Amino acid sequence: MIATDAKPRLAAKARLRFDRKTSRYLLLYPERGLELNATAADVARLCTGEHTVAAIVDQLVEKYADRPREVIERETLAFLAALADRALLQDTT
Amino acid sequence: MSVSHRPYTLVAELTYRCPLRCVYCSNPLDYAGHADALDTAGWISVFRAAEDLGVVQLNLTGGEPLLRDDLEPLIEEARKLDLYTNLITSGIPLARERLARFRQLGLDNVQLSIQDVEPAASDRIAGLRSFERKLEVARWVKELGFPLTMNTVLHRDNLDHVEEIVALAERLSADRLGLANTQYLGWALLNRQALLPSRDQLARARVVAAAARDRLRGRMEVLFVFPDYYTDLPKACMDGWGRRFIVVSPDGLALPCHLAHTLPGVTFENVRDRPLGEIWEGSSGFNAFRGEAWMPEPCRSCDRRAIDFGGCRCQAFHLAGDAALTDPACSLSPHHALVERARADAESPAVSPSLTYRSRAAVVPQ
Ligand SMILES: C[S@@+](CC[C@H](N)C(=O)[O-])C[C@H]1O[C@@H](n2cnc3c(N)ncnc32)[C@H](O)[C@@H]1O
Ligand code: SF4
Ligand code: SF4
Repeated sequence: MIATDAKPRLAAKARLRFDRKTSRYLLLYPERGLELNATAADVARLCTGEHTVAAIVDQLVEKYADRPREVIERETLAFLAALADRALLQDTT
Repeated sequence: MSVSHRPYTLVAELTYRCPLRCVYCSNPLDYAGHADALDTAGWISVFRAAEDLGVVQLNLTGGEPLLRDDLEPLIEEARKLDLYTNLITSGIPLARERLARFRQLGLDNVQLSIQDVEPAASDRIAGLRSFERKLEVARWVKELGFPLTMNTVLHRDNLDHVEEIVALAERLSADRLGLANTQYLGWALLNRQALLPSRDQLARARVVAAAARDRLRGRMEVLFVFPDYYTDLPKACMDGWGRRFIVVSPDGLALPCHLAHTLPGVTFENVRDRPLGEIWEGSSGFNAFRGEAWMPEPCRSCDRRAIDFGGCRCQAFHLAGDAALTDPACSLSPHHALVERARADAESPAVSPSLTYRSRAAVVPQ
């Protein structure tokens, strides 16, 4: 699992694109794409290599004030793990 | 438009011309009869129409797309449309400066095909001395900052080299490795006897590929596509007819798959004659095998029909003579013996059969 002080960054092959048809963000990479929900899209947008996982969670907690921090943290880590599994994150240390 | 009928990927076959002559080439046997009919403006309007329908992925392929001297404006337009653009190429002919321009113009990914790990073996399959130049192109791709997909089509002659193929991909710092077992259509069907592996050979390669996938997880994506000749289940070809893909052939035909125009009795329309959206939605060709109404038994009453859509229409036609049959790769197909016989032949190959290289010459009927 990804450490909370890692600074994740999207892999070079991945690109975010807003989808007019569904009003959601797609994370595109060769021959594939992931349809992201709102939180996942926020996480992906913050994967620039500048923010630690903890800082990303902080930002989301602020934005989604009605949702418990534990839930947001769990979702963020799960999403990052799914990205890492698909080689969609660059080395983050 | 219903969401299930949204295309996601446009496969732009910019030309069927190619300096290589791969014995497994999936282009139609009569490729030379299909001229390049779309100019730059023609392709640009196809891209725009496709994006409007919902397409987000663009594959620039062929034939050899590098033979088009207007790739630059096409890539530029694709970027403007925010399409994820993948150049699928043999790497020949290419200069580093041109590749650098593609990078500046916003090309997203380069998928380079490499036939094998030794120059002689690779060049023998490609029908052209090309191996060393491909390696050089792979290095440029990475130096210029592109993500690299390496694609190797697998068959009898290179399936025992999967370990070395993975090592080559690692040396080239590929981000993805496609270990794509040959699909036996086009020139590959003509050369099937020489290319189809034995069951043991495949089983061994699968183990090696799985180990590499686990070892490289997170660094390099390793895809091993098992051949439908050995699964007894058909592939969900193109994710289903007219569901997610639009292929446009060099002569401008809008197709549900890259060989659909080889099916007799199905009519396809040209993007020069009718708007792409209308062709996608309403043409008889795109609707011929959409959904389930066309399905024969055993598919009609089978639980897997929403998973594999009855398999590949081209395989049904090219093996069993009728595109509206269950794919013979399926063990429930009444024509499955055709596949079983090919497998049996692969277990005890007689004299090593000769290879037919892709060429424009008139071709032996299948
Ligand atoms: C027809 S080629 C055209 C692009 C380019 N000339 C090349 O070979 O990379 C498109 C892709 O299909 C692959 N391919 C060709 N024939 C195939 C077959 N019979 N089965 C599976 N993949 C095949 C190639 O390796 C390539 O990645
Ligand atoms: S598969 Fe080989 S012959 Fe066919 S288009 Fe690609 S490089 Fe050319
Ligand atoms: S019978 Fe048809 S639907 Fe069922 S597995 Fe075979 S091809 Fe697929």
